[in-house]
Amino acid sequence: MSRQPISEGSEWSFELIERYDREIARVAADFGLDTYPNQIEVISAEQMMDAYSSVGMPVGYHHWSYGKQFLGVEQRYKRGQMGLAYEIVINSNPCIAYLMEENTMMMQALVIAHACYGHNSFFKGNYLFQTWTNADAIIDYLLFARNYIAECEQRYGEEEVELVLDSCHALMNYGVDRYRRPSRLSAERERVRQREREAYLQLQVNELWRTIPIKDAAERERVEQRFPAEPQENLLYFIEKNAPLMEPWKREIVRIVRKLAQYFYPQRQTQVMNEGWATFWHYTLMNQLYDEGLVTDGFMIEFLQSHTNVVAQPPYNSRYYGGINPYALGFAMMSDIRRMCEEPTQEDIRWFPDVAGSDWIKTLHFAMRNFKDESFIAQYLSPKLMRELRLFSVLDDDANDMLEIAAIHDDDGYRRVRQALAEQYNLGNREPNIQVHKVDLRGDRSLTLHHTQHKRQPLGESSDEVLRHLARLWGFSVRLETTSEDGHVELTHECLA
Amino acid sequence: MSAIIDRRLNGKNKSAVNRQRFLRRYRQQIKDAVTDAVNGRSITEVDKGERINIPTKDVGEPIFHHGKGGRRESVHPGNDEFVAGDRVQRPPGGGAGKGGEASKDGEGEDDFVFQISREEFLEFFFDDLALPDLVKTQLARITEHKMVRAGYSSDGVPTNINVVRSLRGALARRIALRSPLERRLAEIEQAIDAPESGDAHDAKRADDVCALREEARKLRQRIAAVPWIDTFDLRYNNRIKQPKPTTQAVMFCLMDVSGSMDESRKDIAKRFFILLYLFLKRNYERIDVVFIRHHTIAKEVDENDFFHSRETGGTVVSSALELMYEIIRERYPTNQWNIYAAQASDGDNWDDDSPRCRELLANAIMPCLQYFAYVEIAANTHQSLWREYERVQSLYENFSMETIASAQDIYPVFRELFKKQAA
Repeated sequence: MSRQPISEGSEWSFELIERYDREIARVAADFGLDTYPNQIEVISAEQMMDAYSSVGMPVGYHHWSYGKQFLGVEQRYKRGQMGLAYEIVINSNPCIAYLMEENTMMMQALVIAHACYGHNSFFKGNYLFQTWTNADAIIDYLLFARNYIAECEQRYGEEEVELVLDSCHALMNYGVDRYRRPSRLSAERERVRQREREAYLQLQVNELWRTIPIKDAAERERVEQRFPAEPQENLLYFIEKNAPLMEPWKREIVRIVRKLAQYFYPQRQTQVMNEGWATFWHYTLMNQLYDEGLVTDGFMIEFLQSHTNVVAQPPYNSRYYGGINPYALGFAMMSDIRRMCEEPTQEDIRWFPDVAGSDWIKTLHFAMRNFKDESFIAQYLSPKLMRELRLFSVLDDDANDMLEIAAIHDDDGYRRVRQALAEQYNLGNREPNIQVHKVDLRGDRSLTLHHTQHKRQPLGESSDEVLRHLARLWGFSVRLETTSEDGHVELTHECLA
Repeated sequence: MSAIIDRRLNGKNKSAVNRQRFLRRYRQQIKDAVTDAVNGRSITEVDKGERINIPTKDVGEPIFHHGKGGRRESVHPGNDEFVAGDRVQRPPGGGAGKGGEASKDGEGEDDFVFQISREEFLEFFFDDLALPDLVKTQLARITEHKMVRAGYSSDGVPTNINVVRSLRGALARRIALRSPLERRLAEIEQAIDAPESGDAHDAKRADDVCALREEARKLRQRIAAVPWIDTFDLRYNNRIKQPKPTTQAVMFCLMDVSGSMDESRKDIAKRFFILLYLFLKRNYERIDVVFIRHHTIAKEVDENDFFHSRETGGTVVSSALELMYEIIRERYPTNQWNIYAAQASDGDNWDDDSPRCRELLANAIMPCLQYFAYVEIAANTHQSLWREYERVQSLYENFSMETIASAQDIYPVFRELFKKQAA
C-alpha cells in the first residue's frame, strides 16, 4: 500500500480526530458493524473523574454515594494508583463517548474504535440491551429523574430524600425484572403520567387497609389467599406498588431508582462480552488501518503496548491477580471464534460443528446479538482456549478442610471448567435469591421475604442493615426466611417496625 | 458522520455537590480524623489539607450478598501444578486470589481514604469555636459603607432617572393642570350647543356665542400648551451610603521564651498560638493581633519573629503584662475595642514577680478585657504564678486557665478555651 498515513506525531487535533473517525467508520462498516450515530466529546481529566463517579451517567441526581465514589477515584488517581479509564461510553442514541484530552492521538483513535464502534454496536445489537433499555429515551429520563429529585429535595428536605434514596440503593439490585419484559422509558410520558400515577397508587394500596368485615365464608377463603399470589422477585417494584403508608413522591423515587437499576442490568450481565467485543474490534480495526498504510509503525507499536496492557491476565499465583480480567477473557474468546471459523482444527469441528469453518463475521455477530456472559461462555469457550489460559476449577466447600481441584484443562475437565466459569457469571447465582413471599394482610401488615439458599451459602453480614432499609420503605415489620437446600425454612433476619 | 464536541470548557466540578454531601454525612468521622491529624503535625504543616481515613465499614452501602461459607466453585487461570482431584490447604485470608471473590474494587483496603482541601480542613478544625463575648461594636473607625436605596429624589444624574416614577408624576401634573380648563371648556361647549330659546335675543346670543367660541379656542390652546413631561416631573433613584457597623477586636498573644522554656515547650506554645492565629484569621475578618514575647523584658514583635526567632533569657512575666497594658492604653481604647489575650508560659517566674502579675491583671488589665486565657505548658508542679492566677480567676469569670501536658492536649485545650458559649 502506498497510502499516506493520517498523522505522524502523537499530538491530536479535532481535525485529526475527525479524519481518524471517518476512516474507522469506513472500515467498521466494511466489517458490518451497525452502530448508533456517535457523539464524541473531548473532556478533561477532572471531568472524566466526574463522569466516572456518577457511574457514567451524563446527568445524575445528587447523592452522597456519588461523592464518595468521586473522592475515592480522585484519591487513587492523584496517588497514581490508578489510571483513569481512557473512555466512558453511554448506551444512548446518539451514543455518547468521552475522550480525555490527555490522550495521545493513538489513544484517541483506539478509544474511538473501542467505544464508538465496538461498544456502540454492542449496545445496538445485543438482545439484552434491545429488550431492557431504550437508548433514545435514557438521557431524557435521567434529566427527568434529576429534576424530580431536586424538586423533592426542595419540598421535603434533602435529608428526607436522602433517606429514601439510601434505602432504595440498598435494594437496587433487587429492583430489576429478570424475566418480564419492561415497558419502554419515555421521559415525556413519564412527566405526563407521573401526577395521575401518584393519586392512583394511593388508591390501590387500600387493598391492604380494607377493614369491612367479610360475611361470606367462600369470599373469606378467596381473600385469605396469600398476598402476593405469586412470589415477587422485584422488591422495589413491589414496594412501589404496595407499600401501605408511602407518600406518593417516595413511590416515584423508588420507581426512578428501579428504572435506573433496570437500565444498568444488561451491562452487569454482559461484562465479558461487551468488553471482549469492543476490544476485539479495536484490535481488528486498528490492524486494518495499519494494513491499509493509514497509520505508522510507531502508532502501531504504541497501540500494541496499550492493547497488551488491557488484555493482560496475570496467573492465579501472581500478586497482581485479581480475578479473571473480562477484557482478556472476552478478547480471547472473540478472537478464538474467528480462529475457529477461519482455521478450524479437528477438535473445533468436533466441539463446534456450527462454528468451525463458517463466515466469521456472521458467526461473531450472531454470538454478540444473542447471548449474555453466562450463556456465551457456556456456548463458545473452546478447549483450546481453556488450555491456553490454563483454566482450572477450585471447589471450596466449608464442610471439607481442604480445597479441592475439581477440574483442570484436560479432556475430563473441559466441560466442568466451562460450566463452572459460566456459572461464575450467572448473576442469578452471584446474588442471593430473595423474593417477596407474603404480606400479613389480616395482621400486622408485616412483609416476609424468602431467601432460597444457593449451595448452602449464607447471607452476608450487611443483610440486617438492608432489612432495616426495606422496613423503612415498607413502613411495617419485615422478616426474612431462609430456605435451605433440603427445603427447611428458618427465620434468619427480622426487623420489627 | 460522528459529531465531535469539545466539552472541556464545561464546568469540571459536577461532583462538587455530591462531594459536599458526603462530607456532611460523615462530618463526625472527618472531624475526629482532623483532630488526630493536628496532634501529629509540625508547626508549619498545621494548615495544610489532609488525608482522611474512615473505616470502610462506616461508609459502606449495604446490599444483599453471599457471606462466607457454603459450597462454591471458582475458575482461575494459569494452572501450573494441579491436576483434577488434588487437595490443597485453604490459603489464609483468601490469599493468592483463591477462595471467595476479591472485594468490590479489587483491593482489600480497610480504610476509605480521601483528601480534603486546606479550606475544608480548617472548617472542620474550627467548627463551633468562637471568641466569647464579642460585644462592643464601635462606630468611630468605620471604613466600610454600603450603598442602600433610599427612595427617590428630585435631582440626580440622568443614569439614575426612574422612568416609572417620572412618568407617573408627569401624568399627575397633566391631569392637575388640564382638568379645570377642560371642565370650563365642557361648560362652554354645552352653552354653545344649547337650543335657541327665542328670536328676541338672537343678536345678543350671537355675540355671546362668538365670545364663547373665542374663549373655547383659548382654552384649547392652553390645554395643548401643558407639556407632556417637564423637568419638574423627573424623579431619580436615590442611593445613600450607609455605614456598616463592624466589630473590632484585638488579640494579644503573650509567649514566654525564657530559658526554662525548652524546645519542646516552645514548640507546644507556638502550636497553640498558630492554632489561635489561624482561627482568628479565618473566622474574623477584622481583627488585630498583637504579638508579645518576653523573657526578662517584653517586646512587641511581628508574626514572623514571634513564631521563628530564638531569643532567650530569664523570666519576668509582668514585663509582658505591663507592655500589654501600655499598648491597650495607647492604641486600643476599651470603649471601642473587644480585647482578648492569650498567654502561654511554663509557669516559671521570679517569685517576687508573680504577685505583681496578679495585681496588674486584677486591678488594671482584666477590667479592660473580654477574655483572658492562660495556658501552662508541661509544668511539673504548679508554681507561684499558677497560684496567683488562680486568685485572679476567682475574681473574674472571663479569666480561664488550662494546662497542656503534651502536644496531644493542645487541640482539646484550645477547644475548651474557645468553644462556643451558649448565648
